[in-house]
Amino acid sequence: MARENWQVEHLLRRAAFGPSARTFDRFDDASLSDVVDFLVEYQRQPDDVDSYIGRSDHVSVTTRGGEFAPNTNIDDARQRWLFRMVHSERPLQEKMALFWHNHFATAYSKVAGFAGGLQGARMLALKPGDLPGPPGQIELFRQHALGNFRTLLLEVARDPAMVVWLDGRTNVRGRPQENFGREIMELFTWGVGNYTEQDVYAAARVFTGWNLQRVPANGNTNDPATYHEFFYNAAQHDTTAKTFTFPIYADGGRTIPARSAADGMQDGLDFITALALHPETARRLARKLWHFFVTDLRPPDPEFVEAVADEYLRNNSEMKPVVRFILHSPWFNDPDLWFTRYSWPVEFVVRAIREVGWTGFSVNAAMQPLTNMGQTLFEPPDVAGWELGAGWFSTGTMLARMNFAATLAANQRFNLTRATGTWRVSPDQLLEFFLYERLSPAPFSLGPYRDLLSYVNTATPWTGSDAQVNAKAAGLARLILGSSEYQFV
Amino acid sequence: MTQITRRDFLRDGVAAFTVSFAAPAFLSDIARAQGVRSRNLVVVYLGGGNDALNTVIPYQDPFYRSRRPAIAVPAGQVLQIGSDSSRKALGLHPRLTGLRTIFNEGRLAIVQRTGYPNSSRSHFQGLDVWGTANPNTTSGVGWLGRYLDTLPGPVDALWAWNATRETPRALVSRTVPVPAIPDARGYSLSSANGGVEAQNERLAATRIASHVSIDRPYLSFVNGSIAGALATLDRVGSVNTYVSTVTYPNSGFALALRTVAASIVRGIGTRVFWVQTGGFDTHAGQGNAGGGAYATLMATFSDGLLAFYTDLRNQGLLNDTLVLQFSEFGRRISENGSQGTDHGAAGVMMAMGGMVRGGIYGTAASLDPNPANPTLENSGGDVRHETDFRTIYAKVLDGWLGADSVAILGGNFRPGAPAII
Repeated sequence: MARENWQVEHLLRRAAFGPSARTFDRFDDASLSDVVDFLVEYQRQPDDVDSYIGRSDHVSVTTRGGEFAPNTNIDDARQRWLFRMVHSERPLQEKMALFWHNHFATAYSKVAGFAGGLQGARMLALKPGDLPGPPGQIELFRQHALGNFRTLLLEVARDPAMVVWLDGRTNVRGRPQENFGREIMELFTWGVGNYTEQDVYAAARVFTGWNLQRVPANGNTNDPATYHEFFYNAAQHDTTAKTFTFPIYADGGRTIPARSAADGMQDGLDFITALALHPETARRLARKLWHFFVTDLRPPDPEFVEAVADEYLRNNSEMKPVVRFILHSPWFNDPDLWFTRYSWPVEFVVRAIREVGWTGFSVNAAMQPLTNMGQTLFEPPDVAGWELGAGWFSTGTMLARMNFAATLAANQRFNLTRATGTWRVSPDQLLEFFLYERLSPAPFSLGPYRDLLSYVNTATPWTGSDAQVNAKAAGLARLILGSSEYQFV
Repeated sequence: MTQITRRDFLRDGVAAFTVSFAAPAFLSDIARAQGVRSRNLVVVYLGGGNDALNTVIPYQDPFYRSRRPAIAVPAGQVLQIGSDSSRKALGLHPRLTGLRTIFNEGRLAIVQRTGYPNSSRSHFQGLDVWGTANPNTTSGVGWLGRYLDTLPGPVDALWAWNATRETPRALVSRTVPVPAIPDARGYSLSSANGGVEAQNERLAATRIASHVSIDRPYLSFVNGSIAGALATLDRVGSVNTYVSTVTYPNSGFALALRTVAASIVRGIGTRVFWVQTGGFDTHAGQGNAGGGAYATLMATFSDGLLAFYTDLRNQGLLNDTLVLQFSEFGRRISENGSQGTDHGAAGVMMAMGGMVRGGIYGTAASLDPNPANPTLENSGGDVRHETDFRTIYAKVLDGWLGADSVAILGGNFRPGAPAII
C-alpha cells in the first residue's frame, strides 16, 4: 500500500473504515466514481463476512468458555460487529448501520433489564435465520442501511428492542405513556421546535397498543429459542381521533380520524409517513449526514442542507441516492475538509486494526478500551446517541485511545518489523514507511515530524537490527496512532 | 480528480507554521496560587429528570395522593422535615435517611420549585439550558466553563474534574479543557515497549502534543487533551492510595464521590467536580408505597452523599466543600398508566456543605389540577417554577467561588437568590 490516491483514501476513511493493504492495492488506480459505486452498490459484493470469523488470516474473536454466541451474548455480538467492520466487503453498509445505531440509539442494558441478557442480545443482534424470531435491531439498520427511511422508521417503531427501550409496552389506552411519542419527533425525525406538548400527548395516543409479546419455544420461556415479537394489542389502543398542530395528510388535514381498534395501527402508519416525508425531517437528516460525511468543523452549509433534503424528498425518502449525491458533491470532495471530522472511537479502533494489522489480534482486546473511549456498541449513553465531534475528546478518552494504540502496536510488533522490509535502513525511511506506506494520519507539520524522528533516533546509533526495529516500529505505530493527526477522518 | 503527490503532501505539511509552549513545571504551585482559599464545588447531576414530588413530598396535599394513586408515598412513611414558609408540610422520601441526617444537622438546603420560564421537556435541550444557564442558547460554553474562562491563565489542568466520560455542557469552556476521569484507577498510561523505551515514548508523546497548530486549531484541541492527560497522570494516580474514614456504598455514584473526597484530601488542586448518577427518567415502574425502582435511586443518592459528608467532616474539610444538586426537569404531577411519570417542568435543587444554611427554601406547589392554579402550568399538568435556577448559580458564583456572576451569567440574577450559603 502506498498513499497516492488521496481522494479515494478520503472516501474510504469517511464512507468505509479506512484503507487497508488489500483495498489500497485494489483502488490505487480507481476513479472516484468507481469507488463510490463499489461502496454504494454494496449488494454487488457477497454478504458473507461472518463466514470468515475464526479464519486465521482475519482478526480473531474471543470466546468465553463456550461457543461464540453473537446472537445470544451481547459481548459476542459486539465482537461480531467489530469483525464485520474490519473485514466487510460492504463497508458502507456497516458504516450506515453505525449511523443508524446512533440515530435510533437503543441501549442493551435497559432491554436486558426487562427481558434478561440472552433475550436482550437477541433483540439487538440476532442475525436473521440463525434462530427463530425477528431480526435484532442492528440487522434492521444493516438491511435498510441505504434503504427507505420511512420504511426503517416504521420497522424501528415495531422493533421489540425499541418497544422496550422507549416504554411503548406500557403505553396503553387511557394512560398514554409519552416516551416514544416524544422521541420519534424530537430525535428520530424533525427535532425540537416543530411540535408542542399537545402534539406529544397526541403522538403518545397514536402508539397506544404497540406492544411486544414473548413467544415461548417448546413450551418453556427459558428455552434459548424463545423470542419476543411485535404485537399490536388492539384492546389497548386509543380509538379516538388525534389532532395535531401540523398537517398529517397531504390535503393539510391535522386530525387522525377515530378508527376501530382493529384498524388502529393505521394511526401510527399515517403519523410515521407524515413525519418521514416532512421537509424538516429531510433537513434534519441532511444536517446529521453533513456531520457524518462532510465535516465537524463547520456548521452545515445551508445550500448543502437544501440540496440533500431535496434529493431525499424527490426520492421519497430513499437513502441510497441521498448518500450517493453526498459522496459526489463538492462539499464532500473539498480537500480543505479532508481530515476534519473527529473519528468516533469505533472508527479509530477499526481503522487502526486495518492499518497496523490483525494477525494474532482479537477484537475482544478493543472492548474495554472502547468503553474507556466513550463508545460501547449497543450501549449509547441515552436515546440522543453519543456526543459526537469534539465531544469524544477529553483527557480520559484520549488516554484510552493512546493506550489502545500501545496495546495494538505491542501485539503487532513482529508483523510490523517484518513489514518494514528495506525501509529499516534509516530512521527517516522507517518513519516514511509508517507515514506513507502503512498508516493514514493527517499530514504532520515539521515540529511533530521532527519529534517522531528524534524518537527513532533516541538511544543507540541506528543499525536497523531486529531488536531495534522491534522496539521502534511498535513505538512509532503507537505514537502516530496516539497523535492528534490520527484522530481525524 | 485532484492529484496530490506524496512530495506535495509532505511539503504542504511541513510548511505549516507551528509554535510550542512549555508545560509549567510546578503545576500544583500554580493551582495553589490560583486558590480562592481552597473551596471546592461538587456539582451532582441526577440524570433523566428527577421526580421532585417524590423526593420532597407534600404529603398532606390531597391531590398528591389522588393524582398518584399507585406511586404516592404513604404519609406514614415520609421522613418529616417540617413545613415550608407557606405552611405546607413536607417529608423526604423514606430512603433519604442520609439526607435527613444532614438536614437535621443544618447542612442541607432544599430549594423547591426551581426551574425557568417555558421549561423544556426535552432531556437534551433541558440539560443544555441548565448547562449554559441560558434558555435561549443551548450550545457553546457552559456556566462553569465561563467561570473557568475568567481565571487567570495558565489554568491548572486539574482545576476542574469531570467524573463522567463525556464533558457536560456546563463544563465546556473556551480556554480550559476539563479532564474526564470517571475512575482514577483506570487513569494510567500504557506503552508499546518497556523500560527506558517506555520513557522515551512518553517523552515523545508529550513533545508531539506540545505543538500548537495555527492553521489547524482542531489538532491543538486534541493535543490539549493529550497534554492534559500526560500532565495529570501522576497527580491523579495519587488519589488511588486514599484511605477513607468511612466505608462508601458500592455504587458508581458513591465511588465517584469517594474519588472526589480523595482528591480534596490529597489537595491535588481541583476546585470544581462534576459527578452524576442516572436512571431518573422513570417513565415506568417507579414503584409504589415508597418501594421499587425510585426508592433504589433515592437510596443510591442519599447513601452516597451521607458517606461523602461524613468522610469530609471527619477530615475537617466539610467547610471547604459545597455540593450542588440539580436535574434537567421535574416530572408530571399525575402518574401515567405504567406506574411512572413523564417529563414535567420545575424540580428541586439541593445544596450541602459545612457553610450551607440548611432549611427549606421556596414554597411547594398546590397540586390542584384546576387550570387557574398559579403554582402549576401546562393546564395543571406540571409544576411551575418559583425560583429561577440562575439565581442559585449566581449565589454559588458570587458567594462561594468568588467570581462575578453578572459577567458569567450575562445578567444580574442576584435579586431573589435564596440565601443558601
